[in-house]
Amino acid sequence: MGNGQGPRHRGRDRGARAPRSEPKVLVLPGDEIPDRGLQPGFGTYRVGRRLFASVMGYATWREPFVRIVPFAGRYVPKPHDVIVGVVQDVQKTFWLLDIDASRWAPLHVSGTPWEPAPGELEQYLRVGDAVLVAVENLDPTGKIGVTMQGEDLGKLSGGTLVSISPAKIPRVIGKGGSMIHTITRLTGTRVAVGQNGRIWVEGPADGIQRVRECLRIIEEEGQRSGLTERIEGFLEMTGPTDETGPRAPGPEPVDRNEPRRFDDEAPSSTDDPAPADRPTIPPNENNEGEGPWEA
Amino acid sequence: MSEVVTAEIQTTHIIDLARSGHRLDGRGIDEWRPVTVEPGYVKSADGSALVHVGATVVLCGVKLEIGKPFPDTPNAGVLTTNAELIALSSPTFEPGPPQPEAIELSRVVDRSIRAAETIDLTQLCVTPGEKCWTCFVDIHCLDHSGNLIDAAQLAALGALTHATMPAKRFGVGERDYPLDVKHFPIECTFVRLGDKIVVDPTFEEETAGQGRLTVATDEAGNVVAMQKGKIGAFSPGEVVETVERAFRHGDRLRNLVRGT
Amino acid sequence: MGSVGAKDVPELLNAEGRRIDGRRLDELRPISMKVGPLTRADGSAFVEWGENKVMAAVYGPREVHPRHLMQTSKAIVQCRYNMAAFSVDERKRPGQDRRSQEISKVITEAFESVIFTEEFPKTSIDIYIEVLQANAGTRCAGLVAASLALADAGIPMADLVASVAVGKVAGRIALDLKKEEDNFGEADMPLALVPQSGRLVLIQMEGHMSQDELRQSLDLGVKGCRDIYERMRQALRSRYDVAAGAAPSEAAA
Repeated sequence: MGNGQGPRHRGRDRGARAPRSEPKVLVLPGDEIPDRGLQPGFGTYRVGRRLFASVMGYATWREPFVRIVPFAGRYVPKPHDVIVGVVQDVQKTFWLLDIDASRWAPLHVSGTPWEPAPGELEQYLRVGDAVLVAVENLDPTGKIGVTMQGEDLGKLSGGTLVSISPAKIPRVIGKGGSMIHTITRLTGTRVAVGQNGRIWVEGPADGIQRVRECLRIIEEEGQRSGLTERIEGFLEMTGPTDETGPRAPGPEPVDRNEPRRFDDEAPSSTDDPAPADRPTIPPNENNEGEGPWEA
Repeated sequence: MSEVVTAEIQTTHIIDLARSGHRLDGRGIDEWRPVTVEPGYVKSADGSALVHVGATVVLCGVKLEIGKPFPDTPNAGVLTTNAELIALSSPTFEPGPPQPEAIELSRVVDRSIRAAETIDLTQLCVTPGEKCWTCFVDIHCLDHSGNLIDAAQLAALGALTHATMPAKRFGVGERDYPLDVKHFPIECTFVRLGDKIVVDPTFEEETAGQGRLTVATDEAGNVVAMQKGKIGAFSPGEVVETVERAFRHGDRLRNLVRGT
Repeated sequence: MGSVGAKDVPELLNAEGRRIDGRRLDELRPISMKVGPLTRADGSAFVEWGENKVMAAVYGPREVHPRHLMQTSKAIVQCRYNMAAFSVDERKRPGQDRRSQEISKVITEAFESVIFTEEFPKTSIDIYIEVLQANAGTRCAGLVAASLALADAGIPMADLVASVAVGKVAGRIALDLKKEEDNFGEADMPLALVPQSGRLVLIQMEGHMSQDELRQSLDLGVKGCRDIYERMRQALRSRYDVAAGAAPSEAAA
């Protein structure tokens, strides 16, 4: 598929968000999709005037794009995504982070609040350290630039990491952060949700276990309806924790009034309500969203 | 594909949990994951078994062929064990010839089978010095979620226990007959997490582990093989206690292999 | 291939047009496909086809090892086909023999023809096919399993790739040869089809065929591939618990 004459595959969207108004349709690679006059987005490709799916998922038609919301796939970085990385290597002027994507991401010294001399980077971040960073840029050769400059970014201490499929992150957060707020409130934990499917959880041991179980439920049953009830039911059944435990030091929670940072183009719900009942995704200006932090 | 470094906070968390007797998947310190042994899974083999230990899956096939005995043991058949930790089963395995981990696993499984005299190798002799049965035990890891050694050994024992000698096909007998299995060694692996020694480690627990101890026991109350692995140490007292636990688990797992 | 004067050549086709296992000339062996059985792989599938048992797993796109294989403008595709020692009648020495290496190469090239590799520069997409039990047509079963595993992993491709072997048995063109037919028949031709384009991305042939027989074989093979393709789609949908629903174009209005 490398030559200029083959069908062009669209890997990335650019464009405004708008309320969704169409039901989703399951597609498999090779399925032809009607474009309804929209531009090809993620997971589609053109052959002449016809449009086809390249991944398995739900086809969605939302101006100005027709795109596929994939069921699977490694995390695909987008600028401004906040993600959790783990240091794999320390070089003279940068660290290499595993971010559960198709490539490792370099974190350059200039992208941190520190000013170590070359060769002294180990004193700030070591192999095995977990960090919260933001995707800054993606260059055409595939390099993923990340930065730690940002109010709530930094090294993560204490707690642990739980991984789920990146496709499920919107469900973990929920509409306006409702799902993750319910989970942390009823478990007495603090979390940082990475768009790359990695979630940092901190708090009492049994609280962390219950968060882990909630995430497992979301991952396995996320596409069915009634998810919120399932989660609330589970949390109520397993009881609130009465331990508070010491809190580990870490970056401060974000100001609640900051605009949401996660992908606005992801669907807010995969439940089955009829189109008329389905709430629309609020645009950025409404300031209703939560940042990656939730406590 | 080389090993991706796990976050240190994850390792610390696993050890902290163990300190209070808890594990990530909710098991107790001395609790195994669910185990299933499915014999006869592969028809092209003379004996086979597919084993699940939690999410870990290992398949073993036994093939018996006529060959020549070793010059220094003219009255005995040949047993050879080979394990493939194939790249399909874990992002941490690379394709190619067996790496040290695969070689150690092959030898540890082989040692338990041989030391327990699972098969009487003299029974595999056909014509002294000229013809004997060679028993190939080939282990294929399919999904690596921790504790490959025990899963592989269960699969090997399961395959041997349900194997048929293809005597007719090789023209050394009128009819095929079952391979005679005399003893039933079972391996049981533990890893240290802080001050606790947990049984049947998952992949995450192995990564966080600070020392690994495998103990093979037979049905007659003998310890037949042991292997310490990974970076870490055990006191003699801990070894004795672990061996005792290995017997209890061995007895239970043995029924699973034989009972099918 | 062909007669080697073996004393026990089985009757490959009887007077009623039934093959050694009772099938008609254009019939497939029983097939079952399971998507996503493995927990560590990014995508996986298990195919039981006649007496074949084949597992496939996909890892990636991920960093390339060894680094010198990396390509700056696209992902490399590395497919490795391997047979377990116990998968065949005569125990096979572990490790890749020349046959396995050749099959690995042609399958890699089949997938390179459909995967959108330019979407993931400097990475590797690794496909592993393990034959656990063999009875002819393992490269086709492996290709089908790998195709499902790629879809399960979310790797963007033009289409699923469907594969089947067609051959000549007792002078007649037959679909999906089993072991005895492969050993004692007169020709064997594994094929792989990309249904979206109607084109073949894997073609191998060995034996004796007239041009007319070749045309017949291609027709039968393509038909067989389309049949396999429908079953693959069903297997993928089952993974997500979805009943076969309306095609996307029907939802257009």
